[in-house]
Amino acid sequence: MTSTVATPGGPPGDTSGSADTSARRVQVGLLLQRQGALIALVALIVFGVIRYGGKFATGFNLSSLTGDTAKYGLVSLGMTFVIMTGGIDLSVGSVVALGGVVAVKVSEHGLLPGLLAGIGAGAAVGVLNGFLITRLRLQPFIVTLATLLAVRGLALNLAHTRAAVAAPGGFQKLGDWSILGLPVAAWTMLLAFLVGAGVVRYTAWGRQVLAIGGNVDAAKLMGLPVGRTSFSVYVLSGALAGCAGVFLASQDGSVDTAAGQGWELSAIAAVVVGGTLLTGGVGSVLSTLVGVLLLQLIFNLIVFENGKDVINISSYWESVIRGAFLLVVVLLQVRLVGRRGVPGRSG
Amino acid sequence: MAPDPVGSQVTEPVGGTAAAGTTAPNRLRAARRAPWKVWTQRYGALAALVALFVYNAIDTPFFLTRQSLLFILLRQAAPIAIVAVGMAIVIGTAGIDLSVGSVMAIAGQVGASLVLHGQPFLLAITAALLVSALCGVFNGTLVARYGVQPIIATLILFIAGRGIAQLITNGELQPLANPSFQWIGLARPFGVPAQVIIAFLVAVVASLVMRLTVYGRQVLAVGGNETASRLAGLAAGRVKMLAYVTSAVLAGLVGLITVSATFASDANNTGVGMELDAIAAVAVAGTPLTGGKVTIWGAVVGAVMLKLLQNTLITHGITKEVAQMIEGAVIVAALWLQRQEA
Amino acid sequence: MRGINKAFVGVPALIDVDFEVAHGEVHALIGQNGAGKSTLIKVLTGVHTLDAGRIEFDGREVAFSSPHAAQLAGLSTIYQEVNLVPFRSVAENVFLNREPKRFGLIDWGRMNREATAILRRLDLDVDVTRPLYEYSIATQQMTALARALSTKARLVIMDEPTSALAENEVQTLFRVIRQLKSEGISVVFVSHRLDELYAVCDRVTVMRDGRTIEERPMSQISRYELVSKMLGRELAEQLSHRRGGDDEPADGPPVLEAVDLRRGRALDGVSVSIRSGEIVGLAGLLGSGRTETARVIFGADQLDSGTVAVEGKPVQLRSPGDAVRNRIGFSSEDRKTEGIVGQLSVRENLTLALLPHLRRHGIVDRKRQTETVDRFIKAIGIKCSSPEQPIRELSGGNQQKVLLARWLCTDPRLLILDEPTRGIDVGAKRDIQVLIRQLADEGLAVLLISSELEEIIADSNRVVTLRDGRSVAELSGDEITEDAVMQAIATGTGADAGADTGAVADADAAGRAGRTT
Repeated sequence: MTSTVATPGGPPGDTSGSADTSARRVQVGLLLQRQGALIALVALIVFGVIRYGGKFATGFNLSSLTGDTAKYGLVSLGMTFVIMTGGIDLSVGSVVALGGVVAVKVSEHGLLPGLLAGIGAGAAVGVLNGFLITRLRLQPFIVTLATLLAVRGLALNLAHTRAAVAAPGGFQKLGDWSILGLPVAAWTMLLAFLVGAGVVRYTAWGRQVLAIGGNVDAAKLMGLPVGRTSFSVYVLSGALAGCAGVFLASQDGSVDTAAGQGWELSAIAAVVVGGTLLTGGVGSVLSTLVGVLLLQLIFNLIVFENGKDVINISSYWESVIRGAFLLVVVLLQVRLVGRRGVPGRSG
Repeated sequence: MAPDPVGSQVTEPVGGTAAAGTTAPNRLRAARRAPWKVWTQRYGALAALVALFVYNAIDTPFFLTRQSLLFILLRQAAPIAIVAVGMAIVIGTAGIDLSVGSVMAIAGQVGASLVLHGQPFLLAITAALLVSALCGVFNGTLVARYGVQPIIATLILFIAGRGIAQLITNGELQPLANPSFQWIGLARPFGVPAQVIIAFLVAVVASLVMRLTVYGRQVLAVGGNETASRLAGLAAGRVKMLAYVTSAVLAGLVGLITVSATFASDANNTGVGMELDAIAAVAVAGTPLTGGKVTIWGAVVGAVMLKLLQNTLITHGITKEVAQMIEGAVIVAALWLQRQEA
Repeated sequence: MRGINKAFVGVPALIDVDFEVAHGEVHALIGQNGAGKSTLIKVLTGVHTLDAGRIEFDGREVAFSSPHAAQLAGLSTIYQEVNLVPFRSVAENVFLNREPKRFGLIDWGRMNREATAILRRLDLDVDVTRPLYEYSIATQQMTALARALSTKARLVIMDEPTSALAENEVQTLFRVIRQLKSEGISVVFVSHRLDELYAVCDRVTVMRDGRTIEERPMSQISRYELVSKMLGRELAEQLSHRRGGDDEPADGPPVLEAVDLRRGRALDGVSVSIRSGEIVGLAGLLGSGRTETARVIFGADQLDSGTVAVEGKPVQLRSPGDAVRNRIGFSSEDRKTEGIVGQLSVRENLTLALLPHLRRHGIVDRKRQTETVDRFIKAIGIKCSSPEQPIRELSGGNQQKVLLARWLCTDPRLLILDEPTRGIDVGAKRDIQVLIRQLADEGLAVLLISSELEEIIADSNRVVTLRDGRSVAELSGDEITEDAVMQAIATGTGADAGADTGAVADADAAGRAGRTT
């Protein structure tokens, strides 16, 4: 966040009063935001149940909602880790498409090879991103922008510029299977988030991710494997995006040419809504889950609202509402956290 | 390695009242950067453009015809170049504008709708550009007044803007055939496509503004060190606001050009991916995305170069998808060349 | 370390440097900027590899491949700017990369307990689960020190650790250093402040132009000798003489009259007035509101209450731009992040504040710009290869001169200088001090903020002392002595301050001290 002169943060070097206050505000702000996102989520669910009654609270709706959300969730989870290190991964949308196409192609040899190939293709893009960013020390924003272009080109080329259709059979079942009423994709997402949260809290790697995002120079001086950790974050993000592509392919039975387009931005939005600072160093995995669910639920509610035939909200409102929602969150974050964002971090 | 004249001063005793003019490490850094690297950083995009040009001149039939150069290459590159000029200024303030594609769609829709509703052509254009400017004000307000990160601030309009554009006609294509409106897309004064002339004028004006005016200097200062600029009395907020408005208005202009050239306003497709093309054009020309530097002609050269690269690949039977991959590789290569010494 | 040589691309930075630190010794390392101190430390700690020579640590020859390898061997460095991760908790910062684990997972309970214990050893009682940024710089430095101790460091290098500390915090640091010494841990102490060296160091090594010039016990070298060794020449002129105190301030309304400035908890009633031709020193500890006062006067921060009048006319300064239009200039203490625009040229940096006046129909008047730049480069003696040289390539002293010129070319009435000589070498420092005096003699009003008492005392016509965000004493003329200013800073009682003000300040200070430590 840009630092401004007229801020409550006080000048750098000042250690007394004002810095203290603004630090506390950051803390309270982020906490409120995370709570706020959760409260909004709960409120929307309650609203849905009251307004649409049984139809909303059905197992079917829950299952389709979480099944849909899973793909965005996996991408957002990877993005959360990348953003925690202070980086960004714009290539995920294209990686979803690539993962899907590769999975469809390989799934002729069976479900498992398809699944692994999709994830592997994603991870391979992550390796490329990680190499360019940590080895050649190029800016993540541009590197992943370039791979966004290149990987979409690759995916389209592999699919001969048309939708890649999966052969019916085992592979498509991956999208249909459900356990305890929830689709496999949803379980995968939940599991991934729980593991992710545990990893951040309880492993050295998780702390390194946050330390690098917080102060990369300090992390280097402390002997943290900065290059390796940053690298692994991009690989993880790629692999998770590839996995999302696999689920997309298996649920739809095909991957069209526009698959995953714009997902990187939805993922960033979900991460931000969850209260992770884009500058890195502060973040919460489970809050991203809340962010993803919140954004998806809004569209779910729009569908129901249309179903009531009182007013007809065009699907084009989706993006407007998504944008407005992001605007509200960003403004809240600014209001709560203060303009400077965090003390001690300038420009 | 032979001590160079710059470096040797460091060893002289620092006897005077002040220290030697420069500090040692920085001199070393300047000395270490290879001359070829400095050269490629500055002229790499131009050299690539020239190389591609020469190659095509020899290899591609009819490449050196007026038709091919003006009506294919430059005409295709013009919209990207115009948007890239605005993007270069925004990037100069250490910002980024992801919303240009959506703003193009909005401007196109507004312009087309007004013309279809029988409004005069000039009013339609003015209204479309005003709406674009408003989009810029929205971005600028978030960035300059609320201190929101530029990526996020412009992401909002990137997402919502296309929805707004689609909502104007509920997503339907607006076919449009209005002679005066078509002028900006199809006219050819002096035998040159109007959009090429517009792009050229935009670049000339922008480069003069950046080079000669107080505003141009202030963009560089704000992009280089915003805090210091504010403390020197600069209205940094206003400088940034103007950059975003400029970028949005230029995007709106390109939106109108697109509508006029394609005889239709298509909110679903107008300007999709334009932000990437524009950023890539700025990046290949050696402008660091960290701000503090603006090269308007670099952005224009970058846009033409990328377009020529694409066309060259496609004329050689390489599919658009593979061309896209090569384009990505070129951007990375450009970035690697410009990498600042750590 | 013996016969260390280090060169960058053929340019020698260290020439035959010898450096030795005994067990349990506090060793001062001093020298001007660019003398090679930092390079020496970097070679020692494995940031750079050496070209020739050998390093022995505890009797064994070593060559550390990275700072981390040096840490593992027992050699820790505490940098000028605290190099920790602000968002993470104190405990994490102590243990990052060496987290205590159970079943491969981080054992938070043990980590927090151990961190608390180590910090207690340093007489610091803090909640180690809170993020580091919530604490003062002093505490953050102690955390860095705790980290060093927890790695079983046997040699701790402190690179200007006191530059951001208030006096009482410095004392705490000194106590810890003495404690380390008693435990047999060696300390290398880099500082520009001579008093501190004498207070805490046993021996001193002086560096100049990449060589070690002198090594002696601290007790056997005088200040004068130390400074002349550093500069490599006899000091022609001692700076500590007082500026002519007999000049009467001009009549008429003061250039600036600020009354009862208040802002949040930082400012709690500061009043200061400055007349033309006067240098008013603003004394006080770090955090007493010196910089905050400067910032509200300059419009960089907004006042909660209080009035500012420029030449008798009340003004509302809502932004630095307003202040510039009122012909006020402000040079920040943080040259790098709040002063220079690194990649821009000397020319652009020098005329940054002047730009609006160089405008003709929006276009920069190049001719006038060039004239101005050339004139000031000559007048102030800025050493640069050309006005087009990027400012980041200049030395700190020359950057500071450009920043002064940035304001001087706007023909200010009042110049606020926050630590104008911090972090620059002694030669450039003297140039700048002479320049400031000269400007005041020509009628400029100057508000001078400095942590160095000597500088304040030497240059000021009057000294306003701040304490806990309020002005508590004002000294002028012959009342300005080191003792008197110290007294005012310490107790809040100056020559003309009422006894009750001091008492209130004392009570406040007690309350604050109780909370922050």
